[in-house]
Amino acid sequence: MNVMQPVDRVRGAVHDKERHESGHKHVSGTAEYIDDIPEPAGTLHGYLGLSQRAHAEILSVDFEAVRNSPGVVGVLTAEDIPGENDISPAHKHDDPVFAAGKVEFHGQPIFAVIATSREAARRAAAKVKIDYRDLPHVTDVLEAAAANYPLVIDPLKLERGDIDAGFAKAKNTVSGEMRIGGQDHFYLEGQISFAIPGEDDEVTVFSSTQHPSETQLMVAHVLGVPSNAVTVNVRRMGGGFGGKETQANLFAAVAAVAARKYRRAIKVRPDRDDDMTATGKRHDFHVDYKVGFDDDGRIEAVDAVFAARCGFSADLSGPVTDRALFHADNCYFYPNVRLRSRPLKTNTVSNTAFRGFGGPQGMVGGERMIEDVAYALGKDPLEIRKLNFYGGEGRNLTPYHQTVEDNIIGRIIEELEASSDYAARRQAAIAFNRESPVIKRGIALTPVKFGISFTKTEYNQAGALVHVYTDGSIQLNHGGTEMGQGLYTKVAQVVADEFQVDLDHIKVTATSTGKVPNTSATAASSGSDLNGMAAANACQQIKERLVRFAAEHYGVGEADIAFEPNTVRIGAERIAFADLIKAAYAARVQLSAAGFYKTPKIHWSRAEGRGRPFYYFAYGASCSEVSVDTLTGEYQVERTDIIHDVGKSLNPALDLGQVEGAFVQGMGWLTTEELWWDAKGRLRTHAPSTYKIPLASDRPRVFNVRLAEWSINREETIRRSKAVGEPPFMLGISVLEAISMAAASVADYRIPPRIDAPATPERVLMAVERLRAARAG
Amino acid sequence: MTTEIRNTIRFLLNDRSVELADVSPVQTLLDFLRIGRSLRGTKEGCAEGDCGACTVLVGRLLDGKLKYESVNACIRFVASLDGCHVVTVEALAQPNGPLHPVQQAMVDTHASQCGFCTPGFVMSLYGLWMTNAKPSVQEIEKALQGNLCRCTGYAAIIRAAEAIASVGELGKDPLIVEREEITRQLEALRDGRRVEIGGEDQRVVLPASLDDFAAVLEANPEATIVAGSTDVGLWVTKFMRDIAPVVHLSHLEELRRISIAPDGITLAAGVSYTEAYPVIVRHFPQLRELWDRIGGEQVRNMGTVGGNIANGSPIGDTPPALIALGASVTLRKGTSRRTLPLEAFFIEYGKQDREPGEFVETVRIPFLDETERFAVYKITKRFDEDISAVCGAFRVKFDGDGKVADVAIAFGGMAGTPKRASNVEAALKGAQWNDAAIEAGVAAFERDFTPLTDWRASSEYRMLVARNLLRRFHLETQETRNIRIDRTVAVAL
Repeated sequence: MNVMQPVDRVRGAVHDKERHESGHKHVSGTAEYIDDIPEPAGTLHGYLGLSQRAHAEILSVDFEAVRNSPGVVGVLTAEDIPGENDISPAHKHDDPVFAAGKVEFHGQPIFAVIATSREAARRAAAKVKIDYRDLPHVTDVLEAAAANYPLVIDPLKLERGDIDAGFAKAKNTVSGEMRIGGQDHFYLEGQISFAIPGEDDEVTVFSSTQHPSETQLMVAHVLGVPSNAVTVNVRRMGGGFGGKETQANLFAAVAAVAARKYRRAIKVRPDRDDDMTATGKRHDFHVDYKVGFDDDGRIEAVDAVFAARCGFSADLSGPVTDRALFHADNCYFYPNVRLRSRPLKTNTVSNTAFRGFGGPQGMVGGERMIEDVAYALGKDPLEIRKLNFYGGEGRNLTPYHQTVEDNIIGRIIEELEASSDYAARRQAAIAFNRESPVIKRGIALTPVKFGISFTKTEYNQAGALVHVYTDGSIQLNHGGTEMGQGLYTKVAQVVADEFQVDLDHIKVTATSTGKVPNTSATAASSGSDLNGMAAANACQQIKERLVRFAAEHYGVGEADIAFEPNTVRIGAERIAFADLIKAAYAARVQLSAAGFYKTPKIHWSRAEGRGRPFYYFAYGASCSEVSVDTLTGEYQVERTDIIHDVGKSLNPALDLGQVEGAFVQGMGWLTTEELWWDAKGRLRTHAPSTYKIPLASDRPRVFNVRLAEWSINREETIRRSKAVGEPPFMLGISVLEAISMAAASVADYRIPPRIDAPATPERVLMAVERLRAARAG
Repeated sequence: MTTEIRNTIRFLLNDRSVELADVSPVQTLLDFLRIGRSLRGTKEGCAEGDCGACTVLVGRLLDGKLKYESVNACIRFVASLDGCHVVTVEALAQPNGPLHPVQQAMVDTHASQCGFCTPGFVMSLYGLWMTNAKPSVQEIEKALQGNLCRCTGYAAIIRAAEAIASVGELGKDPLIVEREEITRQLEALRDGRRVEIGGEDQRVVLPASLDDFAAVLEANPEATIVAGSTDVGLWVTKFMRDIAPVVHLSHLEELRRISIAPDGITLAAGVSYTEAYPVIVRHFPQLRELWDRIGGEQVRNMGTVGGNIANGSPIGDTPPALIALGASVTLRKGTSRRTLPLEAFFIEYGKQDREPGEFVETVRIPFLDETERFAVYKITKRFDEDISAVCGAFRVKFDGDGKVADVAIAFGGMAGTPKRASNVEAALKGAQWNDAAIEAGVAAFERDFTPLTDWRASSEYRMLVARNLLRRFHLETQETRNIRIDRTVAVAL
């Protein structure tokens, strides 16, 4: 037995500011994305043919010119699908791979061309001749309601208290409406799938998907084969943000069908414009609200309807609109409340998951009510916020009857108010505005409370597979996918910590349905919570076997064996981790384990609208100050301060990056990112030339972001950390509200500014004009 | 005169020489790298020059001097690279070797998340580093205007850019160390011949000289002229148009000349925005912001003022400003030339006063005199790298009594072409420069323009902003405090 000196701690353990496991590959261009995988000889390429109508019967399709185009091998339509022509993740059979007979949105896939090169397939696809008979179409959510369009899925109602009594008691009532725009994901790597046929009915699909198990299931359905014939792999995505939770399935299905038919490897990658036209986005909402409150601004009753533009099919619109209702309260106690969703069908692309998953829209609606109360009373919105926070006797029950047990928003707000010098800067802005005729300042401090867990309870489970090899190196695999958030790094840190080995002994391999089955989407911010726990569980199984073995082999008690940094202490002596592994292997100890985890405590009844859908809440707050040009509506974010709660961070460097990135993405959603459909139902903002996500120069001129380092998750999550993916997205709301304050200054802050989102310069200028006119009139 | 002709495209790609006899007129550098050479570190994000994931450096000679610039490989045609040095991310670090300082700084500051945009950011920052080893935050932001990141919120990338100088030494960079050798190699590639490749419907020509270009174009009046390809590139990648025969201006150093006379500047049509920048901002500081907001850095490095004019966009990055400044354009066909006011060049949407076989040779911009005030305002949804919803340019000449002696006002985004607001001008001319005159001018806008509603702005907004820009211009001639958002504030991270 070698005697080893202990070192303080391993490199890259939990809570370290470890770099992203692929950082060095990202910067050198060697990180492999699906389009970078070397193609086998004979690889063919598929390109989708999209509907040029928003709603129409397809009378005839003429493929002659397509088939005669150079390089074309064949054309796939609905008739070529061996299994079911449906990829509805809601299993509602409303989401065909290829439209047959009729189209329901402009951009709906009708066919695919398979050719020897992508360019040949793309050029050929443009040569199709389709006769349509137009049907009336509706793209807008209010028009859909007026036209009695159906709901794509059953709506949800959350109700608590006595809404009529609440309004009767309230001294003041404000009602209003707000439009909240959608958002394109604009992942930098577009959708892509690469399918390679195998023996019998087998197919392997490399898909840029956040949900490999669902992609596997959809491909199996479309092919009419069992799931065991389909393997889906993904090493990394070039961004996901929810846009590859269900939307990747289309491309995987088309590639797989073609691979089966032509017995060749097939790659399918749309152009950016087609990607943005043919795949779903964040839901646009229309919120109709009424809020009753006393003279201090304390809310008595809230009644709101959240209508969403869902597009032509259900997709994830059910849980997305549900989550909007779950977050309409944000941090505020509503004594009497009724919240209803209205998931409306429209002739637009089917909207889908996007970071926050409806939560941001719900929260913007809730914050708009706070703003209205404040302007109605002539008070600082922050004062109204603090008055209505959860907390105190009988003031902790959410509209879905979950008790808020872990509320830390008070401390976060208090710290942020101090560090951002909010009160003094608000007074300074008001003073500035009195003297400045053109440029106006606005400042807002807004909170975030976000519920963590899939509201679909069965999704709250995960698996991991850990192998220890005889040289002591470790291979880690789990059901989560890497889309840039650093999940692979964090879970590897958990494994390093469990075994007490340096991080570079651990290799994370591509997520594969063949390694860990029946996984959940990497979504709902759940990645490290679920997969970290599953990986820890796998490690613990192996460690238990090692301890049992070592106790017997070295003749010491199990309690005297400990995993210390890169060594194992056995009684009074220490040996290298790898040496213990060699010995265990020689003694025929199993060095591999499948780990599993399911989130405890959660339950939810959608029919009753009550339960405990969330294991815990993540909190945060941001304070933004803006300058607005009241001649043009242009603006600049001068400064943003953020404090965000990630519990005890698994990796503070990666978490900080998530917070910064989420804030800027959220700010983009509420400011310059505008989806615009023309009268024919065509989305006209479908490329970066027309759809404007934030640039480096758009980030706040002063940007102070920090984690609430004192926070520890009171629930037993992985190392007491909290989820980070989605919650900070909603920190962007402070920018919208700061712009609103600047606009409100032209009417002495006494008229609710009510700027719809996104607050483009146009909307801001129009609001300024409206407020000026209202004050004058 | 017989012109010597070469039938291959020759350039350097990282540490290799490339010679291609078969280059399609529509072959992009990005596809050549990724498909042709399996150099897959360079990514396709948008294929329209807006996201920067495909950023590479292109080194080229002007007057014997080698300069590297970031460009968008997605809209750059391979044929245009004759005589250039293409540097991709693969050149920066050898497998298993140390990372380049730019790369190391990015890793150290956690500046990559999904990593897909990252090679493009690395190349943009590398391009910046070579000309400016200690950039300010504003200079960094400007260099990154053409790079989109959807994950990081950019803060970490800015931190990386600021850290590069502490990670590595510019003097040891291979492109600095080997500059003379590469210059020599590029000079050797430049044999002064006309380059012609491709058969009948695939013809690509790189004329050897300006006279050769005039002759080629006269003989092939239907040819597509390609200067920076920031517009024509999209005809190919987005609309799949066949553009042959193609004439590239890459070798025409005569078209990259800038001449300064006592009364104005003359830009040859092939001068890029970047090349024009120092001269423009020195003589027209009012154009600095506009110039900084044209596309991203990669587009400014490729795109030309001549191309911007010749393609006749109804919005026009530079034409509204140049029209208001009284610029003129000289067209050439064969050996004959004609000069016309820039505003007269734009006839209607999609139609310019350019005959087949004719090309834009130079643009002349007269200097302002001390009795003139000039300003240009670009209104966009996103401040940088966006196309104007409205662009308004104003030039007023005052007489000794504070009256308007002369006035020129031009707008983009308000009509089918960049257009003068002649009724507004008429309302102002001769008037005392006061609120009453401005309001009379404001009232005249609807006689000049009936703007459209589209995804950039509604008709109502365009009209309202246009009027407010006249008010702003007036305010700015009166006082300067708090009339514009200060975009130059120092940034603390």
